[in-house]
Amino acid sequence: MYTIKHNGNMKIVSETLAVFLVLVVVIVSVFAYEWHICSQKSIIALATTTSTYDSGLLEYLMPYFQEKYGIAVHIISVGTGQAIEIARRGDVDLVLVHSTQLELEFVNSGCGVHRIGVMYNDFVIIGPANDPAGISGLKNATEAFRRIAEEGAKNNAKFISRADKSGTHMLELSIWKKLNLRPLNKTWYVEAGSGMGAVLRMANEMNAYTLTDRATWLSFKNQLTNLRVLVEDDVVLLNPYAIILVNPEKYPKRNYEGALMLAKWMISEEGQNLIASFKKWGETLFKPMARNIELAQLLGFPEQEKELAWYDMQEPWV
Amino acid sequence: MYEGIFWEEVLNITLLSLKVSGLATLIGALIGIPIGTFLGLRRFKGKRTIMRFVDVIMKTIVNTFMGLPPVVVGLIVYLLLTASGPLGWLGLLYTPMAMIMTQLIIVIPIIIGITMSAVGSIEKSIREKALSLGATETQAALLVLREARMGVLSSIIAAFGAAISEVGGIMITGGNIRWWTRTLTTAIVIETELGNFTMALTLGAILLTIAFIINLALTIIQVKGARE
Repeated sequence: MYTIKHNGNMKIVSETLAVFLVLVVVIVSVFAYEWHICSQKSIIALATTTSTYDSGLLEYLMPYFQEKYGIAVHIISVGTGQAIEIARRGDVDLVLVHSTQLELEFVNSGCGVHRIGVMYNDFVIIGPANDPAGISGLKNATEAFRRIAEEGAKNNAKFISRADKSGTHMLELSIWKKLNLRPLNKTWYVEAGSGMGAVLRMANEMNAYTLTDRATWLSFKNQLTNLRVLVEDDVVLLNPYAIILVNPEKYPKRNYEGALMLAKWMISEEGQNLIASFKKWGETLFKPMARNIELAQLLGFPEQEKELAWYDMQEPWV
Repeated sequence: MYEGIFWEEVLNITLLSLKVSGLATLIGALIGIPIGTFLGLRRFKGKRTIMRFVDVIMKTIVNTFMGLPPVVVGLIVYLLLTASGPLGWLGLLYTPMAMIMTQLIIVIPIIIGITMSAVGSIEKSIREKALSLGATETQAALLVLREARMGVLSSIIAAFGAAISEVGGIMITGGNIRWWTRTLTTAIVIETELGNFTMALTLGAILLTIAFIINLALTIIQVKGARE
């Protein structure tokens, strides 16, 4: 038990004060240091789709860029819809995404500038090896979707949707729309709300069909033993990726110079060759298209020639 | 080469986790302990029902906030820090600082709540004796706090435990950027999605070890407290 003495009480007060002050000083100095580091670092913030990150493409490319220019690139990997939303809020410097519809909305609203096609690959429909909907070998994704829905209604098949406004999800929705089908709240239609890798894993566990970009599929294939590619080579399934810079007039605080540098490097000969050389299990995942103007125009980039010339004109800032 | 990078990343992730949760807990303690002590000492007794009502409401609020869902905190901090939000000019979104802020909000109510009940349970015997022996209110409060130190310490440890195992909030405000804002928990999410189970399990083991140490400390404190 305590015996209260005058001195003892004073000691408690001053001790407590001292501890408090020391802690405050420590915390303030740690914060000052952190702040210093944060402000000193010149960084480029890139919001991108899960497919470019999950497949390992960006992890492969960025060290080359970093070595050349010495600038760190912070990659935020989300769905295309969220990537564009993050950019619209002014939280990143550029986006690398794949949904023509969302990209055009972003550019037309004045938030994004200089949209340019960078590379492409294609989507495939994958599903269980026993293929209950019988879509194997079809060259028509729309017909395949119709059959999946038909068998789904009979409880023979399941389809997993990304359901996250990603580029993949937008394409899936456009195919359902063509069929005049809106599979909402159906037991055979699973809305996952996750990235491509997670959805593939889920499809593998549930023996379900899903739509995936080929890059993510190839990089995960050997872990997904229950699944096969069933439908491919439909024009509808082509998957072009675009880079869009955020509008410097609207977001003056963003690192526009850095974003421009990164974009310019991605569409340069060096960047395009590196994209082409990125392989998983011996297969190319993304095909470059920035300098193939005819192809880019065909894939939804009517202004590719003009934009390419614009990028090539910009002086790299180092 | 691969091995080197693997361990370098594990170390980087672990240190960031400890730094973010540690700082959040430390700042949370500086803010939470004084408030918790105040609320614990404060006895709105008297005859006025309204004061008792205020007392009950305040304590209920603290207890509700102790169970604040981290994802909701993450969402709110995100909306504050986003470039078009009210604190956007700070430019803190997707930095470790944003993660510290998120965890701070999660941690403060925990520290206040546990400190409050620890102080409250000890308050009567010590405070009145101290006051009767001529101590000032501040001195008496500090004496009570000192006596309740085991409870206060366990509030800090519990807060740190909540912070380091939190994932939803820092995922939103930190952005899970490799080498920059990727912590033990958010790394486990992405590595599992990518199928890198070696990495995910290694990080899981580290997280479990930290949790074990935290609980060991808590138990020791409780055993010690019971003996006293």
